[in-house]
Amino acid sequence: MLTYALRRLLISIPIILFATFLIFMAVSVSGDPLADLRQLPNITQEQIDNVREARGLNDPLPVQYLRWVEQIPQGGFGEYLISPRPIWPDLRRVLGNTLQLVIAAEVLAFILAVALGVLSAKRQYSVFDYTTTTLSFFGYSMPSFLFALFLQVIVVQIFVRTGVRIFPIGNLSSANPGTGIAFVLDRVWHLALPIASLAIFSVASYSRYMRASMLEVIHSDYVRTARAKGLPERTITVRHSMRNALIPTVTVAALSFGTLLAGAIVIETVFGLDGMGRYFFQQIGRRDPYPIIGWLTIVGVIIVTFNLVADILYGYLDPRIRYE
Amino acid sequence: MSDHRTPRNEHGIPAPQDRLLGAGPELSRAEELPSDVVEVETRSQWQMFRRKFFRHKLAMGSLVFLIAVVIAAFNAETIAPYAYDEVNVVEASSPPTLEGLHFFGTDQLGRDYFSRVLFGTRTSLRVAGVVAVLSTLIGTVLGAVAGYYRGWIDAILMRFTDLVIIIPALAVLIVAASFFGQGQPLRIAVILALLLWTSLARIVRGVFLSLREKEYVQAARASGAGDLRIMFRHMLPNTIGPIVVNMTLVLAAAIIIEATLSFLGIGVNPPTPALGVLINDGRSSMQTLWWLTIMPGLALVAIALAINFVGDGLRDALDPTQQEH
Repeated sequence: MLTYALRRLLISIPIILFATFLIFMAVSVSGDPLADLRQLPNITQEQIDNVREARGLNDPLPVQYLRWVEQIPQGGFGEYLISPRPIWPDLRRVLGNTLQLVIAAEVLAFILAVALGVLSAKRQYSVFDYTTTTLSFFGYSMPSFLFALFLQVIVVQIFVRTGVRIFPIGNLSSANPGTGIAFVLDRVWHLALPIASLAIFSVASYSRYMRASMLEVIHSDYVRTARAKGLPERTITVRHSMRNALIPTVTVAALSFGTLLAGAIVIETVFGLDGMGRYFFQQIGRRDPYPIIGWLTIVGVIIVTFNLVADILYGYLDPRIRYE
Repeated sequence: MSDHRTPRNEHGIPAPQDRLLGAGPELSRAEELPSDVVEVETRSQWQMFRRKFFRHKLAMGSLVFLIAVVIAAFNAETIAPYAYDEVNVVEASSPPTLEGLHFFGTDQLGRDYFSRVLFGTRTSLRVAGVVAVLSTLIGTVLGAVAGYYRGWIDAILMRFTDLVIIIPALAVLIVAASFFGQGQPLRIAVILALLLWTSLARIVRGVFLSLREKEYVQAARASGAGDLRIMFRHMLPNTIGPIVVNMTLVLAAAIIIEATLSFLGIGVNPPTPALGVLINDGRSSMQTLWWLTIMPGLALVAIALAINFVGDGLRDALDPTQQEH
């Protein structure tokens, strides 16, 4: 198992490097990273040439890229091209904010989806089952940004008509968020709408998997045996059926983490949050390749990790599966 | 007769087919089976599929709706009451009304939003259609080659698929769209197609891996059929179900992703109407002229929903384990 995990991680390193190389080339070829610098009022051509020389922009692109790779072990993600500030502190800040959003959405979606899936399976073909099925189709078909916009319209209309501000429609915190538990509550309050918008697709998707696998398990022999033994229905559902039915859902949830991360980019834009998405857009606008490939590396590592976690969880939950 | 021994399994129970066939050595199975089969009303795969699909009311309704939308959108010039950029200040900022046929209302310039949504739908459908066809082609060919040849070809193609999966699609789309493809619907479609083929490639590979061991494939190979003929004449028809279902998924996904990109300002460029562009246009006045956001949004959801329902009907109809009831 350990060798399997290590091998998977080792294989993913060249894949991530290749991806960053492609993006580095694309960004470097397509724009002038010193455009911002050129627009400064008192800048001379000599100063620009000095910067080009100092930052190694006159070297061939692959050489520039290799230099970036070389300094990863010591320097992390390097510095911005124009201002010699390290990139990592910025990335760490936006990563933290985005992870709060994504993890909250993932946890919420998972819990809701498991509950919905189990209940629909237990009451197959009931009104409840048909309702959740139809709603899940809506969840599939509703782009998250649109759902976010709808929520914003509703919340603002309520505010305009009644003067009650149910949820804020932007920002991560209030002007004076306080400390400790007050800060956490304030953050949750601010993230409520973004989390809801982000979770809706995942709820729809995970609950379908949960329902399908639960149905399969409910009709299996060992569940019939448990019932024949006279075990209480609750025990059968929770301890016998649900445990096994969770396996595919857990895997799907772990595999979907990357999708959720991508969805966060859009949601952060709609709600104006200081996260990975907004950071990425800002850096794209500045045509500086280094923060972009740093960003990509982090996202790539997260996705690879969660793909691996999905496989390992799968093997852990279902002992019949072996990895060599 | 006495020397005939009924084969028994390890529990000592006669194997079931012997009980059914009466175990007489003079009765071969080949003679007995056809007389049974003839009595059953035979239905071709295609007939069975049609019967099941037509019974799926939601899927049928959605299909009719989709066909109507496609016809309306591709004849937008004749069907739309106004041109998509026709300005009429007198009727500006009108909420949805039957007056002047402004079913979806008008914006600050008095442009009719029903007409704009119709033209926008055409752009979005075109993009999604190209994405679905192109990504299906890529996914099918790569998946078929990987599953048929196995070995190092498979390993390389699957690592390549991993690469495309690992790169966060939206990030690539943003980089690619904002640097190369901004504005033109066809370019957006090609970029999307280059990212959305991966799940189909994996599905087709999986089916091909199991099909290549089947007797009819061995038979085709024994009779001297070439690799290409075996792959595309013999094996591909048996993969058509998952491919078609996946195509509907990609179609719905492409519509949603294109709208998201256009909404973010990196998809289709504003003068060209697309659903995401319209939603983004309406966003600045979302709180007062809500219909400018909600109407194109609802059109988008309705189309995606209909495609997903059709896909669901197809999945049920193509699934041989689902019995008619």
